[in-house]
Amino acid sequence: MRIGDYKESYSADEAVFRTGTVRVWMLLLFVAMAVFPFWAGPYLLYMANLTGVAIIAAVGLNILTGAAGQISLGHAAFVGIGAYTAAILTTRLGLPFLICLPLSGISAAFFGMIVGAPSMRMKGLYLCIATLAAQMIFEFIFVHWTSVTGGIRGINVPTASIFGISFDTEFKMYFITVPIMVIAVSAARNLFRTRVGRAFIAIRDRDISAELMGINLFQYKLYAFATSSFFAGVAGCLQVYILKIVTPEHFPLHESVRYLAMIIVGGLGSVLGSIFGAIFMTCVPEALQSLLSLFQGIDDKIMSYLYPLQTVVFGMLIVVFLVFEPHGLAEMWRRLKDYFRLWPFEH
Amino acid sequence: MDILAQLIVSGIAVGGVYALIALGFVVIYKATSIINFATGEFMMIGAYFFYTFLVMVGMPPIPSFLMVMLCSAMLGLFIERAILRHMLGQPTISIVMVTIGLSSILMGLAEMIWSTDFKNFPPLFPRAPIILGDIIIRSNLFWGFIVAMLAVAAFALLFKYAKVGVAMRATAGDQMAAFSMGINVRTMFTVAWSLGAIAAALGGVIIGNIGGIQPTLGNIGLKIFPVVILGGLDSIAGAVVGGFIVGLVENIAGGYLDPYVGGGVKDLAPFVVLVLILLIKPYGLFGKEDIERL
Repeated sequence: MRIGDYKESYSADEAVFRTGTVRVWMLLLFVAMAVFPFWAGPYLLYMANLTGVAIIAAVGLNILTGAAGQISLGHAAFVGIGAYTAAILTTRLGLPFLICLPLSGISAAFFGMIVGAPSMRMKGLYLCIATLAAQMIFEFIFVHWTSVTGGIRGINVPTASIFGISFDTEFKMYFITVPIMVIAVSAARNLFRTRVGRAFIAIRDRDISAELMGINLFQYKLYAFATSSFFAGVAGCLQVYILKIVTPEHFPLHESVRYLAMIIVGGLGSVLGSIFGAIFMTCVPEALQSLLSLFQGIDDKIMSYLYPLQTVVFGMLIVVFLVFEPHGLAEMWRRLKDYFRLWPFEH
Repeated sequence: MDILAQLIVSGIAVGGVYALIALGFVVIYKATSIINFATGEFMMIGAYFFYTFLVMVGMPPIPSFLMVMLCSAMLGLFIERAILRHMLGQPTISIVMVTIGLSSILMGLAEMIWSTDFKNFPPLFPRAPIILGDIIIRSNLFWGFIVAMLAVAAFALLFKYAKVGVAMRATAGDQMAAFSMGINVRTMFTVAWSLGAIAAALGGVIIGNIGGIQPTLGNIGLKIFPVVILGGLDSIAGAVVGGFIVGLVENIAGGYLDPYVGGGVKDLAPFVVLVLILLIKPYGLFGKEDIERL
């Protein structure tokens, strides 16, 4: 049982890593993340990179939906805007990766604010459907503005390079994706300790009360849309450099739903939850797919039954979590920790 | 001018079908305040039920139609009891996501049961197109419109005169008052889901009859969002008006703009109109404005 957990100052109580034990575990985690690429093969690294992208995007969505309470069905579109910005800036203007990265975030944030502007007058379901409309409109633009986006064939992107080092393998990309992911996560974690982050939570809990307490609703909702889309844009930029191509097929409505599923399964409003959710929703379908591919060749008839199973499992995960564990994996993790913290006692 | 008249007429015909599907959405929203993202999938499943009874079982069209209504009602009832009952009082995001998850499940199940192959109904109506002056309407679209309008009228009468319809309106108006007047509010939720599923399924049968069926048919369900937003989420009359507007807008915009951008305007135009309407009237054209107090 862990004891001696007392605080002598407010700042100690407000710290992100509150106890020595946590710090040790975090250190171990970072060591593990640093060692992982030397041990893992290209496929695992590819998955790790995609998971990193998913974590950044999911953390961004959790700021908007989980913390500020504005449901967005258009998150994939913002990832797409980031991706297309990066692709266009690289191929047309030849800008280096390190400049493209913040610029894709900024352009996504700009469009995020445009989409968020109607939130001045509407909220809840109506806003949710307005973001759905944004998703459809951006998807249409990706497909049909052929002269800029390359239409359904998309844009091929060269490998990223920083100071002359070319990041051409999954192994090298890992050292871009993961540090940016860590920065994004810690930025989000710290955001909730600032005035802005707390204002988001106040708006979610009761917007009218928040307004009475001096929070400019419109301004802060725009901040929420901008921050969330900035994360999405950065994720999109990374995704382009991992996949080396950007096409409209990467950003359908289903992808927006997948991001929402991540934060639901992980835990709404929790940064840790977004991480768990992103890992879970990236790895489970992949695991399911490789499980199903075992049946391939044995009987094609079975495959036609098993393939749609992925869609069913995806839906089941969302429904089961919402019905039985509405606070998601983050809550399960907390209970597990509590169990070991108090062990061998029950309460 | 001929083209415009042609586009307007087919827009109205399609709009009537949208109105029916949107009705299926509004009925559920009005009674239970649940926004049903699975409406499109109810539609798709309804079309497959019809296919099953008509082609696989070999029943005549009208009994198949009645069986579709029965089966969809059972499906709505089951889903309400099994899943949505647990979600009472949960935040909006949870309810939205549950119905999105549900739509994914229904779509996967449909692929497993009926496979992803494209299927067609055998012809139900006389093949000859309907000719009104210079305007030609495909017979499937014309008869589909007639059936949809009959169904909408039937629902309207049900809500106006039948005891269960009045009880549902009371539940939608004020749950506490309805409860104290001896209306079983929970039963009304179940009834609402059944009726909503029936309306969507009938719409699905009509759409399937026009364009054939496959598991992705439910994507058409996304178009009901412009419809219901235009009309206001909780207005049945609004759903009908919205249906016609969206049908007209998508046909006219598609007819005139498609050649310039290479297609797809039909699916986009309703959403552009949706955004414009929301910017001017944030609660839709006929929606009830919420007045909030602390």
